[in-house]
Amino acid sequence: MATKVIYEKSRGLKDNPLTYCPGCSHGTIHKLVAESLVELDVLERTIAVAPVGCSVLAYNYFNCDGIQAAHGRAPAVATGIKRVCPDKIVFAYQGDGDLASIGTAEIIHAAHRGENFTVIFVNNAIYGMTGGQMAPTTLINQKTTTSPYGRFEETTGKPLLVSEMLATIPGAAYIERVSVHDHAHILKAKRAIKKAFKYQVEGKGFCMVEVLAACPIGWNVSPVDSMKFVRDQMMPYYPLGVYKDKEGVQ
Amino acid sequence: MNKRVLMKGNEVIAEAAIQAGCKAFFGYPITPQNEIPEYMSAHIERRNGIFVQAESEVAAINMCYGAAATGARVMTGSSSPGMALKQEGISYMSGADLPVLMVNVSRCGPGLGGILPAQGDYFMATRGGGNGDYRTPVFAPAYIQECSDLVFHSFDIAEKYRTPVMILLDGMLGQMMEPVEIRPTPPIEADKSWVADGNTDKRPPNIVNSLSLLGDVLEQQNLKRFEKYAEIERTECMVENTVKDGDEIAVVAYGVPARIVQNAIEELSAEGIRAGLIRPITLWPFPYDVFKSLPASVKYILVAELSMGQMVEDVKLGVNGKYPVHFYGRCGGMVFDPSEIADKVREIIKGGAQ
Amino acid sequence: MAVLTFNEVTCKGCRLCVEACPKKILDLDTSRVNAKGYNPVLCRDIDTCTACAVCARVCPDSVIKVEKGAEE
Repeated sequence: MATKVIYEKSRGLKDNPLTYCPGCSHGTIHKLVAESLVELDVLERTIAVAPVGCSVLAYNYFNCDGIQAAHGRAPAVATGIKRVCPDKIVFAYQGDGDLASIGTAEIIHAAHRGENFTVIFVNNAIYGMTGGQMAPTTLINQKTTTSPYGRFEETTGKPLLVSEMLATIPGAAYIERVSVHDHAHILKAKRAIKKAFKYQVEGKGFCMVEVLAACPIGWNVSPVDSMKFVRDQMMPYYPLGVYKDKEGVQ
Repeated sequence: MNKRVLMKGNEVIAEAAIQAGCKAFFGYPITPQNEIPEYMSAHIERRNGIFVQAESEVAAINMCYGAAATGARVMTGSSSPGMALKQEGISYMSGADLPVLMVNVSRCGPGLGGILPAQGDYFMATRGGGNGDYRTPVFAPAYIQECSDLVFHSFDIAEKYRTPVMILLDGMLGQMMEPVEIRPTPPIEADKSWVADGNTDKRPPNIVNSLSLLGDVLEQQNLKRFEKYAEIERTECMVENTVKDGDEIAVVAYGVPARIVQNAIEELSAEGIRAGLIRPITLWPFPYDVFKSLPASVKYILVAELSMGQMVEDVKLGVNGKYPVHFYGRCGGMVFDPSEIADKVREIIKGGAQ
Repeated sequence: MAVLTFNEVTCKGCRLCVEACPKKILDLDTSRVNAKGYNPVLCRDIDTCTACAVCARVCPDSVIKVEKGAEE
């Protein structure tokens, strides 16, 4: 009997099994990136920049050239790549410890220069790889291994709103915050990620998609409950939506 | 083609780099190297290259990392505190086996120190200021002509061995003018099969990284890298040695201070004191062997540096107890004049062997 | 009719597909474990499956391939 494939693993990903924890959103976001690259027919000319963090091994998963960057420096590394290879598609895949803490200078100035590459910013409100420490994006009162009594605003500030901040930079072409906690939001996230790559193909400049993501192991909850945490705790503080679009269309 | 012209050291380095096929320069302002990024910003883009003034030295070296990973010939420049900031990227580039030319027009320290010339970065340059086991070839020109020639050579060494390479000079050489003829040599044909330049329609994906989580794998990678370093030590060492039979003392100095020492040697020669100069041109690999074959007439070694004594440790390793090793240094941006070196030599000879 | 193919060795038993399935026909097979030590996903009622692929899209590990038979 002839069958039609409705969905299968993207050829934008290698066959290697992912080493992420059960329920980790990295795998979902990897798929959306890979599918976007294939659908835009740019996979063969793409160079991925992997950060320090859980996704440090991303170069083992994306089926394209990969360059691993020092902690926080992915936007600088991507700048170097894109400037000498302007006809290639370059993306930096960064977590919140990487992008929102140690790499704030690099991400702000990549946006400021209007570098024509795409940043996928995975915000799961925690340092996952190092064992669940507090990030700049950790929610108020959220317990982590370095905020064992909960995050206190008095001493650690409020969670950093990266998309809102980068949207104020004139060089940024497209900034959107999405979530991958359920099927409907995954479809919307896919559209945003694909658009961020399409803009790069069209040479529109710096694009970043912030993806609210779950870290069940770091948060010490089940994968299913971690998605509810994204929906019920993260989304009220981190509103979804388009924060900047050079085209002016929402 | 190129004529003999009068140019500033920093500008010569930048012009030579462009003529050597440098594709991209990533830098950040810091005195006394500013003429390098300034010259690059004016000239490299008009000659099909890339100039980016980064947000920091850390970003600049990481931009080099990215561009070098695609196979481009890349360069950065800085001065002492800025080079300290670049150590993260230098270690990563060493770990990922990436070529880059880094120019350190050094100043005095520690800390913010001052902008006057000094040689206090010898340890940082030759021992590596970054984490992990790695070595960096370091070239120390003493003349502006040598600055130019070493730029072409350094790019080739970087690409041949896939390693970061440093040219270390002081603010004096960077800022002064001398006649120079830029003499381009064609770039070496280096293997580029490893580059991650986004051409996976023609080959399987390439990965550039320094991460290796398995101990046995990482150990093998380090051992392989040290075979490369051993090859560099065997074949790439450079030294100027003017010590002749009959010389009583060998004075060791590098960079512009070696020229001051040369003047002192001429001053001493007039009064019958015979001295020779040993001028390491590569600081790593250090020319240890030169101390094994000095003429029998040599009784003393003097090391002269614009620091509190850093290269003197390498000299002692080379001498290995065979000669007494004396030291004379100035720091803080103060530069010795020939008479100070001559006085030190007279004092050593009068005092006899210690 | 729908065909679900599970690349079972990569399943981590996270239950995201089980929760997401609109027909509630997926479950973890608690009678066995895969090479990684997880109870792998299974389909209890393939005849009810509409090949909507919601399960496959929410699966972080690309475990599920969804096919639909040609019109009968």
